Amino acid sequence: MIPEIGHFALILALALAACQAVLPMVGAQRNDTTMMSIARSAAYGQFLFIAISFGCLIYAFLHDDFSVLYVASHSQLALPTPYKVSAVWSAHEGSLLMWILILSIWTMAVAHFRGDRPQKLDARVLSVLGMLSVGFLLFALLTSNPFERLIPAALDGGDLNPLLQDPGLAIHPPILYVGYVGFSVAFAFAIAAMISGELDQNWARWTRPWTVIAWSFLTIGIALGSWWAYYELGWGGWWFWDAVENASFMPWLIGTALIHSLAVTESRGLFKSWTLLLAITAFSLSLLGTFLVRSGIIVSVHAFATDPTRGYFILTFLAIVVIGALILYAWRAPALDSSVGFGLLSRETFLLLNNVLLVVATTLVLLGTLAPLIVEMTSGGKISIGAPWFEVAFLVPMIPLVMLLGLGMHTAWRRQNTAPWQKLLRLPAIAAVVVGILLPLLFYGRVGLMLAVGTIAAVWIFFSSLIQPIRSWRRAPGNAGITRSALGMCIAHFGMGLFVLGATIVSAFGIESDRSLSIGESVEVAGLEFELRELRDVTGPNYSAIEGVIEVRRDGEFVTTMRPQKRQYLVQKSWMTEAGIYPRWNKDLFVALGDQLGGGAWSVRIQYKPMIRFIWIGAFVMAMGGLISVTDRRYRRRAIPEPAV
Amino acid sequence: MSRYVLPLIAVLVMIPILILGLQSDPSKLPSQYIGKPAPEFSLQTLQDPSRTLSSADLVGRVSLVNIWGTWCVGCRAEHGFLMTLAEQKKIPIYGINWRDNRQEALQWLEQYGDPYVASGFDQDGRVGIDWGAYGAPETFLINAEGRVVYRFPGPLNASVWEQQFAPLIAGMSQ
Amino acid sequence: MKPRQQRMLAIGLAALGVAIAAGLSLRAFEENMMFFVDVSDVVAGDYPDERTFRIGGLVVADSVEREEGSLDLRFRVTDMRCELEVSYVGVLPDLFREGQGVVAHGAMGADGVFVADKILAKHDEDYMAPEVAESMAKHVEDKTESLRAGQSECNPQ
Repeated sequence: MIPEIGHFALILALALAACQAVLPMVGAQRNDTTMMSIARSAAYGQFLFIAISFGCLIYAFLHDDFSVLYVASHSQLALPTPYKVSAVWSAHEGSLLMWILILSIWTMAVAHFRGDRPQKLDARVLSVLGMLSVGFLLFALLTSNPFERLIPAALDGGDLNPLLQDPGLAIHPPILYVGYVGFSVAFAFAIAAMISGELDQNWARWTRPWTVIAWSFLTIGIALGSWWAYYELGWGGWWFWDAVENASFMPWLIGTALIHSLAVTESRGLFKSWTLLLAITAFSLSLLGTFLVRSGIIVSVHAFATDPTRGYFILTFLAIVVIGALILYAWRAPALDSSVGFGLLSRETFLLLNNVLLVVATTLVLLGTLAPLIVEMTSGGKISIGAPWFEVAFLVPMIPLVMLLGLGMHTAWRRQNTAPWQKLLRLPAIAAVVVGILLPLLFYGRVGLMLAVGTIAAVWIFFSSLIQPIRSWRRAPGNAGITRSALGMCIAHFGMGLFVLGATIVSAFGIESDRSLSIGESVEVAGLEFELRELRDVTGPNYSAIEGVIEVRRDGEFVTTMRPQKRQYLVQKSWMTEAGIYPRWNKDLFVALGDQLGGGAWSVRIQYKPMIRFIWIGAFVMAMGGLISVTDRRYRRRAIPEPAV
Repeated sequence: MSRYVLPLIAVLVMIPILILGLQSDPSKLPSQYIGKPAPEFSLQTLQDPSRTLSSADLVGRVSLVNIWGTWCVGCRAEHGFLMTLAEQKKIPIYGINWRDNRQEALQWLEQYGDPYVASGFDQDGRVGIDWGAYGAPETFLINAEGRVVYRFPGPLNASVWEQQFAPLIAGMSQ
Repeated sequence: MKPRQQRMLAIGLAALGVAIAAGLSLRAFEENMMFFVDVSDVVAGDYPDERTFRIGGLVVADSVEREEGSLDLRFRVTDMRCELEVSYVGVLPDLFREGQGVVAHGAMGADGVFVADKILAKHDEDYMAPEVAESMAKHVEDKTESLRAGQSECNPQ
């Protein structure tokens, strides 16, 4: 009964979404206040029904209702309760439902926090969000119904893929999706502006916080994914340039360009059509990300659903959304652009450069991701593009980007004279070069060209993003003379610096070594001694495991004991490596058990990863910076109540 | 005006690439045996090594041949549906236990139920290869003359059955 | 700066950026393109010399051999028509198993053994990598044809 309620609630939500898509738009064109006001109630109602539907699916999982096909294929009696909940979004049908739920949450939030937006804009924005919701609800109901029955019911389920039985992966998709789907709000604002033909600085002020929140969640989501891949896949890398990773990274890059372009549009009324194009692109790439993952057209180790019918549906949907938006763009955008001048040396120029470099980086990632497909079609050969290519191609635009970042932050709008600039930045620049070269030399004993470029860039970002907060703190203690928006920017850039530092150091000084170890034997890696003390059998709730007890010593002195496991999950009979990790702020030690080599020996992968935590901490700080900037006063402005007639 | 149209053109160029990408889906590859007599084989049955299951057994009525193994997760996923199908007794299902261990396979059938009229034990995988299987599970629909009518790679379920198998079977019985 | 100049600057910068990036990436592309070569083609001697490539197929049952206590490993991969000997040193991924699909990255050694530096097995156990599946489907067909024509299963060099 409960699954049928869920299914039915989804159908009702579709009906409401259709109302939300059509009526407010018509109302806005006709200046009909009643029709426009339907948008809000429809948004709330839609959320309610989708939440009921999602709740029903969770209920089915918690009560082991194996008469539901999706539950029977992705859960199991002995599965620990938290994973029964996360199993909801472990595969295609459930994650699509979660996507829809998150879209409805964003829609409701837009409807609720009206600020000082005019009703017409709101009606159009909510109508566009309603259209997207219709598309996804149809996708779910027609091709991927999570409530499909399995009659007669299975006695026990097929279990959740052991790879997904992990706290990191349980929370990674929801957060990533909040980011992905959040770009739909920027997209809806862009479409609304093009329909009405009105795009002023206020429009950018209304659009910006939504975009920044989405971007912040996407940042955390990607970082969590990277962290999960690091400890769960047993390889110890943190980014593989895999198609699925790229699919989430491209919207992030364009989203980053978008929030910078929005800053120009808000402050100066410039880059309008460019901002619109970025908003369309960011959301389209989010959809493309879904498409790449779901259809399996690109070989990826992550792809967990391969089904061409779904691929065709999402491709059609993508085509309608993107082509429709771009036709509207080609038609309406030319009229929106305004011509205000700015100096060659001005913040506008730096933000323009930022955008150009980010778009170039995105294009290269896209090229590398689609190249196998293109080559296969043109020459029939099967190729793949290795990570080294991505690393080089990506660094080309990124190095100037991080170097220019520090300058751009301290450049005025319109035009900047070089004299005050020199006075402010000369010292931090020199200090950055000195510290950037000394840091690797003193702590790790060597320095190279690319390494120095990385560390100098990182330290340069640290210094330049600290100038503004320090100055405002000095001038007026207690009363911060810096807006939340500027503070958020400084924090986000500081986070970027942390990331650059971590990525540089770990790629230069990380050590990976595959060794053979028997009990009582020890090997030396990175100046540390790893001794295999014993191997024992361990039993978990739904798995049994072999655990290696490895003692780590430095110069004979005890450092830690690491316990990597090799687990066999009982239902799917599959083996999983649970790495032993010794995390410290400045380094990680990482040990993974491989296979039995015979004669009591095991293959063991030992890694030393200096400063790898900075990568994820940096991403987290970036996201926090974004969220802080959103709390700025000007985004909380309320509508002035209209005088009663 | 013109530069505002560029993004649209770029996207229109990219879409055919994605469509072609979808069409190169390997699971769409038909078996080279479609319409031809099922490949000849003769295997010991799983339960009793002294008895055999052979291609001759497939002649006479419409049947299914399912390639499975205990090592394959997809097989576990479709097993419940195969049991349902077997209980309906509309169509006999023959199993080819591919690249497996006899003991484990028997234990699996004990534990989850045995939907097969008989299972041939294809330890070295020769028969599976002759059938053109490139993974498990795979299911073949065989007509009364012993010819292969349809091949489905991947786990079977109710909707696949209704959409792809049921119409073919209905067509054959007419 | 006047709007016109501003536009010129934007377009100029974008064009320059794209040109540099395209130039660099095209050059690097050549070097970084990793071809996937069918096992039968490798056995027939048709593979890229002096560079790495990828092969894939099923790990032949009972073909995995390792020296006791050593990380050195040898196994055979089949595309259902020909078999190829592969050597590898290191830790294997969890899903590496006899009878299962595998993709290996490396280069041909002098003795006709493929020296792998990376072994990939798909995370999802239900399906194998599409290129492996396709390669195998193709070669099963080739094999039946050559058997029908009275030739041997595998046509080495």
